[in-house]
Amino acid sequence: MAEEVVERVLAPVVPAGRGRRERRERLGRLRSRSAPYVLVAPFFVLFAAFGLFPLVATAWTSLFRVELTAPEAREWVGAHNYARLLTDEFFWNALANTVLIGVLATVPQLLLALGVAHLLDARLRGRLFFRVAALAPYATSVAAATLVFALFYGRDQGMVNWAIGLVGLDPVDWQNGPWASKFAVASIVIWRWTGYNALIYLAAMQTIPHELYEAAALDGAGRWRRFRHVTLPGLRPALAFTGLVSTIGAVQLFGEPLLFSSGAGASGGADHQYQTLGLYLYEQGWVNLHLGRAAAIAWAMLLLLVVVFGLVRLARGRGAR
Amino acid sequence: MSGRDAAPESYERGGWGTYLLLALFTAVSVFPLLWTAVAASRTSGRLAQSPPPFRFGRNLPRNLSVAWSEGGMGEALANTAVVAGSVAVGTVLFSTLAGFAFARLRFRLRGPLLLLVGATMLVPPQLGVVPLYLLVARLGWTDQLQAVVLPSLVSAFGVFYMRQHLRGALPPELLEAARMDGAGTGRVVWHLVLPAARPAMAVLGMLSFVAAWNDFFWPVLALTQTGNPTVQVALTGLGRGYVPDTSVVMAGALLGTLPLLVVLALFGRQIVGGVMRGAVKG
Repeated sequence: MAEEVVERVLAPVVPAGRGRRERRERLGRLRSRSAPYVLVAPFFVLFAAFGLFPLVATAWTSLFRVELTAPEAREWVGAHNYARLLTDEFFWNALANTVLIGVLATVPQLLLALGVAHLLDARLRGRLFFRVAALAPYATSVAAATLVFALFYGRDQGMVNWAIGLVGLDPVDWQNGPWASKFAVASIVIWRWTGYNALIYLAAMQTIPHELYEAAALDGAGRWRRFRHVTLPGLRPALAFTGLVSTIGAVQLFGEPLLFSSGAGASGGADHQYQTLGLYLYEQGWVNLHLGRAAAIAWAMLLLLVVVFGLVRLARGRGAR
Repeated sequence: MSGRDAAPESYERGGWGTYLLLALFTAVSVFPLLWTAVAASRTSGRLAQSPPPFRFGRNLPRNLSVAWSEGGMGEALANTAVVAGSVAVGTVLFSTLAGFAFARLRFRLRGPLLLLVGATMLVPPQLGVVPLYLLVARLGWTDQLQAVVLPSLVSAFGVFYMRQHLRGALPPELLEAARMDGAGTGRVVWHLVLPAARPAMAVLGMLSFVAAWNDFFWPVLALTQTGNPTVQVALTGLGRGYVPDTSVVMAGALLGTLPLLVVLALFGRQIVGGVMRGAVKG
């Protein structure tokens, strides 16, 4: 409504006039009509060049054999890059690792964040301190975080094995164990993003009217039931948002597995035990120099996202019924 | 940062259990950073022994200086300051202009264009890196900082963030009055939009700065350790054995993280507010 008023005002009123005044006003109208496009132009020019074009061109590139060292000399191979992926054990390994590490990282992260947000959603002394401290891992880069965690998880000298040794457990080979290494890589993601997600949940919790809690308490609902029936429904949009963002992040996981072991490089461990799709894309494109294959892997990642979102929708539809 | 912060007496006071658990969470959040500093003050020989060190040693100046020069962290910090600063300024500027147009102007392509921006929030930019790399290579920009600055200026989040803020902060009546006075679009933007957008611009600037500082995948592809590395590229080089000295690697990680921790300490309130506000509208 208000918008309509603005639009009408912004398009200048043109009275019946003549000569220079009319020309000037026509010019003014023209300017005002193109003004919105002038305002959005800087964003969309960059967007077209560096956002949209590369995405669309990925499909095209994936149909060629392209060497990183000689991109001009490319050769049409049709669906070959995709056919090759289907029979490539390392691709399937990377796909499985991406899904497993994604689940290991996302589920505990969001549950923990929910708990932390609940703790923060109280009258607290030093409230700002706790909130800022929760963002310290978010301000730490993937590289810096992974380099420290790689030391924590060292087999012989690492702090984690030292600590579990104190309680009498045997040391774990965090770099080489197929499950241990996935858990270790996932833990870096959990560490970096739990506080950030907690603040998002906290923001959503604070929009829930307090009267709802009082009414539920009057009806005899205990803490857990109030959380389940008042807090959780109020968090739905925030849950959807964080679920979306963490899923996109999980599918693209790259820095953590790249730097988790200094010797492994892009292979994701001696046995590829934590090589993700993002890392495999890098290995194919920038280590083995096959850009066409890398582009095909990028499309597989997009497909994976589509499948995950589709499954979520399906599950939500089921749940609603 | 919303209604209930303003009226705290209406909700529960945190008990000692709450403080205990929050203290634990804070400790876990901060410990790896503290220990990075401890490790950066030791020798690699000591870091290879168990139990790990928990107290500061004497090698911090030496390790920092090796990381700074041989590890390339000095140059990397300067490069990253340029990159993150340019990205922050550019993102804020372009997002504000586009956000204003989407918030308060009507034009034919508004709906489709807005949808296009929204769709890009669902598609990871990583999926476009292969053609992006070929494009940047053809432009001769590999190892050049503009290769990482320009793609980062495309922030769908920024456009939505500014649009959302301006819908609240810029009353239509104000624009109406300005138009009545004969103000053109340029003057409206300069005298009304920018002042109204300022608080959100500051927050978006900080969030973009942090994101650009920590951006990893694309810089690792487009820049090299010996070219024009950003902090993340230099740390990747260190982590992969460019300087085979663990304590120096930790010193590099410390140098690369410290600037953002300072930003967080200085502007914590605004950054917390930005993360929380950015999320509510999801």
